[in-house]
Amino acid sequence: MNLQGDRRLRRRRIVNRLAEGSATVAALLAVLVLGIVVWSIAKRGAGELSWGFLTKDLPLFGQPGGGIAPLLVGSALLVGIATAIALPVAVLIAVFLEEFASPRVGAAIQLCVDLLNGLPSIIIGVFVFGLLVYGHPQNGWAGSVGLSIVMLPLVTRATQEVLRLVPTSQREGALALGASRWRTVLGITLPSAAGGILTGTVLAVARAVGETAPLLFATSIFGRTIEWNPGHALPNLPVQIFIWSESDLPEDHARAWASALVLLIFVLVTSLTARLVLARTRRRMG
Amino acid sequence: MSAVPMTQELRGGRRLRDRFGDRLLLIVTSAAGLGAVVLIGFIAYKVIRGAHLALSTFGLPFVWHTAWDTNKNVFGAAPGLYGTAVTSLIALLIATPLALGIALFLSELAPRSLRLVVGSLVETLAAIPSVVLGLWGILVLGPFLADHVEPWLHNSFGFLPIFSGTPQSSGIFVAGVILAIMVVPIVASVCRELFLSVPPELEEGALALGATRWEMVRGVVLSSSRPGIGAAVILGLGRALGEAIAVTQVIGAGWFIRSSLFAPGDTLASRIAGQYQGAVSKLQIASLFYLAAILLVIGLLTNLLAQIVVKRFAFQRTGGS
Repeated sequence: MNLQGDRRLRRRRIVNRLAEGSATVAALLAVLVLGIVVWSIAKRGAGELSWGFLTKDLPLFGQPGGGIAPLLVGSALLVGIATAIALPVAVLIAVFLEEFASPRVGAAIQLCVDLLNGLPSIIIGVFVFGLLVYGHPQNGWAGSVGLSIVMLPLVTRATQEVLRLVPTSQREGALALGASRWRTVLGITLPSAAGGILTGTVLAVARAVGETAPLLFATSIFGRTIEWNPGHALPNLPVQIFIWSESDLPEDHARAWASALVLLIFVLVTSLTARLVLARTRRRMG
Repeated sequence: MSAVPMTQELRGGRRLRDRFGDRLLLIVTSAAGLGAVVLIGFIAYKVIRGAHLALSTFGLPFVWHTAWDTNKNVFGAAPGLYGTAVTSLIALLIATPLALGIALFLSELAPRSLRLVVGSLVETLAAIPSVVLGLWGILVLGPFLADHVEPWLHNSFGFLPIFSGTPQSSGIFVAGVILAIMVVPIVASVCRELFLSVPPELEEGALALGATRWEMVRGVVLSSSRPGIGAAVILGLGRALGEAIAVTQVIGAGWFIRSSLFAPGDTLASRIAGQYQGAVSKLQIASLFYLAAILLVIGLLTNLLAQIVVKRFAFQRTGGS
């Protein structure tokens, strides 16, 4: 009996080791993939990257040189306008869900926000094309509207989370002092949630700036110079990286790598900073 | 008592303003909330409206027809449906065990200091823009798989039709692997939250009864989280189904159904994205809208399913125990 028990125990231990080992390998693998992706982009992109690359107009077709300044300006405009659309609406939805909505109405709207979040971004691209582009020339407004639909559920979610962290006692205190509902919301609740809303917005910006699909039918045929007017198609980073990645020319691949590096640095720096700040506010507020 | 009417009189203006303000805030926020509902409906309406011409021309058989012929103006969705199903399946087959392993590592195994670092690195993987991942996929991962992994699969399992054919640096298989990379962080982070919410008394009880850590995980953590894991995988599926850009970059754009996974293909999403340079005819545009409508229905159903499973499960955990 003793011998058998020993053998079984040993087998259980080995199985346990194997399971623990595979879980650790899985985690290592994920980190490894991240490392390989970032490293191979940095290695291939860094060579091309220079001041000229960041400040010059797009290259003429088949010519060497050129830069990505129009892409940077266009992406900034597109995401800026998208934020201006999405942020106020998202905050209003979150306030309604957290402060006013009855459970049933709240659940229905929450479901719609979650469905928007899960919507394939190419659908948003097709929707915006049908709404704002079909029958007109391509334009930046349409692209921004598409990106704002991507951002809307993200900012709503983030705002809801911080609103939940605002202590009920603060609200009750304000109401007990005779403040009205709207003064409480605008004067007490939202200001104390402002930091969290800001970091949530930054995370949404980091996500939107790399979104290609909503822009593909809205603003993908553009000139090679800086364009400030959102009424025209705006050059932008993700679509141009997509176009260059589909090209057969090695110079275009080099440009794609360098642009991808610029985009990746922006996305990683902003999202990591926002995440750090968010973790800190969460710890501080509850 | 007598002070009340006086202040009321004094502050009559403010009272009015407050009542107006309260009403206005309620109206504006509820309009925004309603807007979210309207937006989903409007998106669905616009997409289906755009498909109108294709719907009336091809009707439902569009779904199982295989042609995409711009000269003859005949279109069908079948190869895209096949590609979407197969690439998503590959992605989930690779991603689910990996994500479960990562989630277990982060919730049960890793020391506290490592949890935060590894956890945020895995989340960073999700932050990489899909166009950047696709660029890496077409120029680095694709050639690597074609040179090293696919020949090995072909030599070892070539008797299976799915591993027959010549290895290629862009195709269904590469797309599946890229999608797996995108799905892993989603499934892993949902599962980690699930595992962390398992009551510690249960875990400690199992360990105190002499179970090894793995036995405890299998008997307590995994078995009590099963519906939640299902929901996490469905959420991952929703992501894989709808990803357009990275798939377009690596799948090789082939509108046909081949048994070999190494062959090029297309998903619903990648076909739509691949036609961005402009469709020729109105019918072709309407057919793209039709593809989008199919994808919309599948995507919404998948997400709804995940929501339902999550709700049930949350009820079970809070109300059932």
